[in-house]
Amino acid sequence: MTRISASTAPAASAAMHAPAAVFSWRRVGAMILRHLYVLRRSWPRILELAYWPTVQLILWGFITTFFLQHSSWVARAAGVLVSAVLLWDVLFRSNLGVALSFIEEMWSRNLGHLFASPLRAYELVASIAIMGLLRTTISVAPAALLAWPLFDVWVFGLGSPLAAFFANLLVMGWCIGLVSSAVVLRFGVAAENFAWLGIFLLAPVSCVYYPVATLPGWLQTVAWSLPSAYVFEGMRAVLYDGVFRADLMWRAVSLNVVYLSLSAGFFLWICRVARLKGLLLRQGE
Amino acid sequence: MIRPDAPHVIEVAHLTRRFGDIVAVNGVSFTVDDGATAALLGGNGAGKTTTLSILLGLLLPTSGTVRVFGEDMVHHRHRVLPRMNFSSPYVDLPKRLSVRENLTIFGHLYGLDRLDERIAALASDLELGAFLDRPHGSLSSGQVTRVSLAKALLNEPRLLILDEPTVSLDPDTGDWVRSFLESYRDRTRATILLASHNMAEVERMCDQVMMMRDGVIVDSGAPGELIRRYGRKTLEEVFLDIARRRARGEEQGAGAETAAPAA
Repeated sequence: MTRISASTAPAASAAMHAPAAVFSWRRVGAMILRHLYVLRRSWPRILELAYWPTVQLILWGFITTFFLQHSSWVARAAGVLVSAVLLWDVLFRSNLGVALSFIEEMWSRNLGHLFASPLRAYELVASIAIMGLLRTTISVAPAALLAWPLFDVWVFGLGSPLAAFFANLLVMGWCIGLVSSAVVLRFGVAAENFAWLGIFLLAPVSCVYYPVATLPGWLQTVAWSLPSAYVFEGMRAVLYDGVFRADLMWRAVSLNVVYLSLSAGFFLWICRVARLKGLLLRQGE
Repeated sequence: MIRPDAPHVIEVAHLTRRFGDIVAVNGVSFTVDDGATAALLGGNGAGKTTTLSILLGLLLPTSGTVRVFGEDMVHHRHRVLPRMNFSSPYVDLPKRLSVRENLTIFGHLYGLDRLDERIAALASDLELGAFLDRPHGSLSSGQVTRVSLAKALLNEPRLLILDEPTVSLDPDTGDWVRSFLESYRDRTRATILLASHNMAEVERMCDQVMMMRDGVIVDSGAPGELIRRYGRKTLEEVFLDIARRRARGEEQGAGAETAAPAA
């Protein structure tokens, strides 16, 4: 190592040193690119994304096949359990996609670099939300397609209501993922199990596989405070009664608007707490 | 608004940072002029990294003010972050990504034009070519240091902050890095602030030294000035002198008596 020079790099432009724009899609894109690079070079990761939804689909597909012969409730709508499995995975994978995208930065000890760059915390939120969408699509799409040849269930037959169900569950997954990420940022990677398991607390009250009316009264109140309960109730209305309950969807959308504002605000507040407590340089495995 | 006429690139006044009962930085004040190479010198736990973290906006101060290019780093750091960059052993780049991918991502974050050309030039300058497409996690410590420098120089910063820039490097690679930084400084007239407990490095590179101990700047000045003031031959001897005087409870030693206030 003898040649010493720092003369070949192009000179800095004035634009390069201008104050950082309030919002930049290029910076958001850079953070998405960071995760796409990881996915691109790791086929096992992509296979893992699709693995669990497919296994779940097969398991519940055979349970459905059994119930079709032994349960009049399921027999009235053959796709109800399979559709529920796939939609639950939208919620689960969206949460996981957001949390994983953020926690990977902590595993990498990269947060210091990111927070000392022109990247804004809300641009980071936007990038991990978009990664949540991409990871969810990669996870759920193969299982949704496989349901057709394996169990004669064409989930896309739900039509336009499917888009409403998907969007609401995706956003609710973002909310849970942002809260989980904030908790892990505050308490360190030792708390990361919260990110993976926290969502299962909501599964019983989301009423994925049974109507909300099944729950005891006080728990129904809790269920109706979750967008997911409206989505799954709406799904059953489509499959059993052939009607799209717009009233249920609007309530889900309204709740999601509130929860997204609160969860994003909570994440941004914890980012400031991290600067206050010196957490950004004390991360990693 | 950025004040291009700011007299100092860095202005730190009465900076204090507590972590519970521990006072990591205690009422520190100093300035660094445009184009200067300055060092925070001190042993482990002296408060160097805490001070640098506050300068980067990664840590909020308990009290005091920090201005970079005239901007308050607590409230307006995004106005000046595009003009700064840093390297530190306390942060890392994603290990699964290649060097080129890492630099590409940060190039986009800093909004660089002609990014491929810039990465190629830095790869040439820092001799990264042989491992540009290898995963960052597979590099040796010397290679990691050079990649960290490449990331720190991507946006050709007007203020370069370096925490222990040659820690864990062999003497040859350490010397190479110091020479490279001198070359960069001479070409761009950038301001450099580094934290180190490598006295020879500081003596060679810096024209301003702040000696830190227990969160306080105990003395400051040009390396030669400090050496003369303490009647020693090297900065390391000055450092040991200060440390041992303090151990004997002689806070007002020969050097310290005449030392200018750390400002």
